[in-house]
Amino acid sequence: MVPIHYYLILSAVMFITGVVGVLTRRNAIIIFMCIELMLNSVNLTFVAFSAYLGNETGQMFVFFIMAVAAAEAAVGLAIVIALFRNRQTVNINDVNILRW
Amino acid sequence: MEMTILFYVFAVLTVGSAFAVVFARSLIYSAFSLLFTFMGVAGLYVLLSADFIAVAQIMVYIGGILILLVFGVMLTRQVTDVEIRTSAFRTLPATVVVGLALGTLIVIFIRTKWMQVHTIPDIEGTTMELGELLLTTFVLPFEVAGILLLVAIMGAALIARR
Repeated sequence: MVPIHYYLILSAVMFITGVVGVLTRRNAIIIFMCIELMLNSVNLTFVAFSAYLGNETGQMFVFFIMAVAAAEAAVGLAIVIALFRNRQTVNINDVNILRW
Repeated sequence: MEMTILFYVFAVLTVGSAFAVVFARSLIYSAFSLLFTFMGVAGLYVLLSADFIAVAQIMVYIGGILILLVFGVMLTRQVTDVEIRTSAFRTLPATVVVGLALGTLIVIFIRTKWMQVHTIPDIEGTTMELGELLLTTFVLPFEVAGILLLVAIMGAALIARR
């Protein structure tokens, strides 16, 4: 059987990949995809612990994280589309109205 | 033994396509790589005998969120869209911080003595246990999640329309 820290290291690598994407890419949609990557890696951690502890509660957390991720994707894409309609760009360096 | 081989197959698929999501030249390539990442994670869920979560992953992420993202890509396509690579904008500090974080996490994961209560049972279906938990212990979060989804759908329609 695969030891649990294999799963944990895999999800850490996935999470860090998502962080790199958020830090270096400037396209709002790519940043969304990287946020989904990070949420997926957290879900993988939950499921791994749930399986190795023999307790289903971790899978319930995954269920709720999926609901929140769906809501976040819907609202976020709506914001990106509204932004594109008003400014004709999805590059977040060009969107600095709120920058101090 | 074959579990280990399958784990490595899905792990390589997941991590490789995650890298492709971040470093791909075009937006469409990123979106399609994300598809393979989600498939790899669903396979890992099956290896962990979480069948319900695996199916939910395929239905919610691939069937919902990914389609939504592809729509987003299509709707925000400029005419002169060459998708220039990001300039080397503070790449060095980002690399250092991220590398330190990854190293710390991996060292902690390897050196911790993880509690392992029992071995993973053969797949016998987790749907019944999850359904029972959802309607007994977690009934309040379940309802709150429903309200959250309703509010999010209405908000998304309202924001995207104006």
